[in-house]
Amino acid sequence: MRVALFATCFNDAMWPETPKAVVTVLERLGCTVEFPLGQTCCGQMLTNTGYAREALPLVERFADVFESYDAVVAPSGSCVGSVRHQHSGVARDCGRTDLAERVATGARKVYELSEFLVDVLGVTDVGARFPHRVTYHPTCHSLRMLRVGDKPLELLRAVRGIDLVELPGAEECCGFGGTFALKNADTSVAMGSDKARHVRETEAEVLVAGDNSCLAHIGGLLRRQRAGVRVMHLAEVLASTEADFARGQELGAEATR
Amino acid sequence: MSARDEILGRVRTALQDAPDSPPPAWTYGAGAAVADVPALFAERVEDYRATVQRVGAGQVADAVTEALGSAGTVVVPDGLPSEWLPDGLETVVDDGSLGAGDLDRIDAVVTGSAVGIAVTGTIVLDHGPGQGRRALSLVPDLHVCVVREADLVADVPEAVARLQSSIDAGRPLTWISGPSATSDIELQRVEGVHGPRTLRVLLVSEGP
Amino acid sequence: MSGTFVGMPAFPDAAREALADSQQRRNLHHATHTIRDKRARVVGEVGNWEELRVAGAEIKDRVLTHLDTYLEQLEESLTRAGATVHWARDAEEANRIVVELVRATGADEVVKVKSMATQEIELNDALEAAGIDAWETDLAELIVQLGHDLPSHILVPAIHRNRAEIREIFLREMGQVGTPAPDGLTSEPRELAEAARRHLREKFLRSRVAISGANFAVADSGTLVVVESEGNGRMCLTLPETLISVVGIEKVVPTLADLEVMLQLLPRSSTGERMNPYTSMWTGVTPGDGPQDVHVVLLDNGRTEALADELGRQALRCIRCSACLNVCPVYERVGGHSYGSVYPGPIGAVLNPLIRGTSTPVDKSLPYASSLCGACFDACPVRIQIPDLLVRLRTRVVDEKRGGIPSGEEIAMKGTAWMFAEAKRWERAQKGSELAGRALRRRDGLGRLPGPLSAWTDARDAPAPPEETFRSWWRRERGTDERA
Repeated sequence: MRVALFATCFNDAMWPETPKAVVTVLERLGCTVEFPLGQTCCGQMLTNTGYAREALPLVERFADVFESYDAVVAPSGSCVGSVRHQHSGVARDCGRTDLAERVATGARKVYELSEFLVDVLGVTDVGARFPHRVTYHPTCHSLRMLRVGDKPLELLRAVRGIDLVELPGAEECCGFGGTFALKNADTSVAMGSDKARHVRETEAEVLVAGDNSCLAHIGGLLRRQRAGVRVMHLAEVLASTEADFARGQELGAEATR
Repeated sequence: MSARDEILGRVRTALQDAPDSPPPAWTYGAGAAVADVPALFAERVEDYRATVQRVGAGQVADAVTEALGSAGTVVVPDGLPSEWLPDGLETVVDDGSLGAGDLDRIDAVVTGSAVGIAVTGTIVLDHGPGQGRRALSLVPDLHVCVVREADLVADVPEAVARLQSSIDAGRPLTWISGPSATSDIELQRVEGVHGPRTLRVLLVSEGP
Repeated sequence: MSGTFVGMPAFPDAAREALADSQQRRNLHHATHTIRDKRARVVGEVGNWEELRVAGAEIKDRVLTHLDTYLEQLEESLTRAGATVHWARDAEEANRIVVELVRATGADEVVKVKSMATQEIELNDALEAAGIDAWETDLAELIVQLGHDLPSHILVPAIHRNRAEIREIFLREMGQVGTPAPDGLTSEPRELAEAARRHLREKFLRSRVAISGANFAVADSGTLVVVESEGNGRMCLTLPETLISVVGIEKVVPTLADLEVMLQLLPRSSTGERMNPYTSMWTGVTPGDGPQDVHVVLLDNGRTEALADELGRQALRCIRCSACLNVCPVYERVGGHSYGSVYPGPIGAVLNPLIRGTSTPVDKSLPYASSLCGACFDACPVRIQIPDLLVRLRTRVVDEKRGGIPSGEEIAMKGTAWMFAEAKRWERAQKGSELAGRALRRRDGLGRLPGPLSAWTDARDAPAPPEETFRSWWRRERGTDERA
């Protein structure tokens, strides 16, 4: 199976440890991972802010770059949601019915990481070890757009050493919402503060989610509060192994978000 | 152009390129699987803090006496089965002349009903004989409502199907699920606002 | 709070103020969470809930795509049943019709059943201008009216008020317009409801004219349906001589049988009950029972604008249950007033721009008043794709602005699109971020940033860019991919 990694622009530029972790996990499970360098961005921010016309070339580029692969895996529920749920609509609204059909077909083999691991590879134990108190926030687009359900939790439950605690009000939005975080910054922060409070209530040391954008928002609030809670992408937890701990590299080299 | 023609014209223009929507793929009037309809009906009506008393066909009058409690004045609609009323009970039989103010001075009303719905704990009045015009079961503060087990259905679809004939006859319908209530203060349910604050249901079985 | 939504500021400005109202924040949190739990419980009881949602959507879609046919049928049925049908192109025309009908009866007051359509057209103001007193009889509407306030929720317009505030309003205001609140009134909801009963009783008993809306209008029989709780609806629909119902043209359903779906969806979604206490159905005039002078005003007021929009049409499925408000994380914190309309929350954020257009600051900002979390769609009993509609309306707002002097946002978005259009441009941009990352070495997060980014960093730390992007790492570790 030819598997392409769609890193997503945000992870590529800002959170390189996440796509690296995806490569680690997938290779550990025997996949050959390619990273097509022609990839840029799925255009979600443009689409969701109302710039469908500007997003159109990115929709087409995505199809051009990824069409030939058997599966495309991305560590972001939100970007996969945009590809699967929005791309063909953007093409159709811009009068490109040919492209709409093409991207609708292509979108079916684009997977969020937990979907790919559980549904396609049929694996829940990826051989990870992560001896920390962790709580998990299901991001809105993975939950209500992709309907990944409990898959991320199944993966986390199989991690050795993990102390997984339930997050109160888990299914409530953190308030990130893309440009919502800037256009309605006050409301966004009000929502995020409640999420951060719930995170602190769990007394977890690490907050895990499948979207670094939401984590940047919640983590930015937690950091401002000096809450002493790290945020970490699901992929990075799943990539952690006994060997990492032996080398003292747990939690990765990267900084808190 | 009249407002009517202009609005209909706007609708037609708006729908010019609209794809047709097929009729819903829904099976209307389907029955629901409820093991014990009368028991569920009683349970669900009581959930609304109405009272339900199950009685045999010959015990209705006694149950009415009990349900009326200390009510001084009682109004009944024309056509209420006489065997439902206790001997010697003084009632005002509605002849259509009572105004709202008159009804407001009456303590209680006794009516029959058209349909009872178990799943939702709902009683439907179609205001036919024995049920009275709508004001009758609205203004007095205590409503004693007699429901026959034969008139019970499991869920809303069967009820709507049964009520079609009442609608065809031009009758109004009043669906009653418990006493009047409000959730307008902090979304907390409080029973008893403008409609009857007390609802007592007598569920009559076929047997004695 | 003034008595009008006219001239409301853009959503973010109104929201900022609302977020600072700690009393309202607490009231809304408490109320929305209470109703969420109740709804979840009674929806969970229904085994075929998803099938019901699909049926609800299909029934409404069927009506909407044949709306002209069903409206003509409804008119014919109503007329046959003894009602008089009026048509109103807009709010002004509807108000004129109602005022004339009330005047013709000689009455100088009306009792009103809670109705979104009459709130939407601001009928009470028109009646007041004509010297007619309009008494709101729904408890929450009464609280709003007595408090000289604006509605902030579809089902519970006074949801932003708590019991203590309601007590104060009753004590202060009831005596000015009728039976005063009893001495020693406490803030117990039971006592407050009792005070409302006493206050309104005389108005119900003496009023000769009532005004209502309708939740549904059955085309083939001409039956109107009002779904309510308190019995104020029954009072209004039964006791007066004249009944005037203002009904949006999208309220029509083809047959009585369709109500078996709607009456399962609406109460559970709305008040979180298996069934609401009272539902009234009447078909024109019933001799000897209830109003003998019955009028129905069919209202357009922008609905045909929404109907013309392929996606927007969906919003006309709305049965005004307010489940989307109750589950919305934005509504929960900001409340209803910031939406600048009697239709707040997620459905308001789509319905208002569809019906009123996107010319005012508030209507332009409403499509953005959402994090697109999708909770509204999951709760919607008629499956309105609110997040998709919001995105579509955002596109409309942006497209309408095109051609003028570009805004900072437009420049930024176009620049972003240009950068992502070629992988080489994106790589060059990454070189810049890597340089910044190296300059910021050892800084594991950024505090306050200037300019538009301050909207982020006012309350949140920002991440510092890494010294090496993933792409650079891949090239270094895995070599180039000729596919680039």
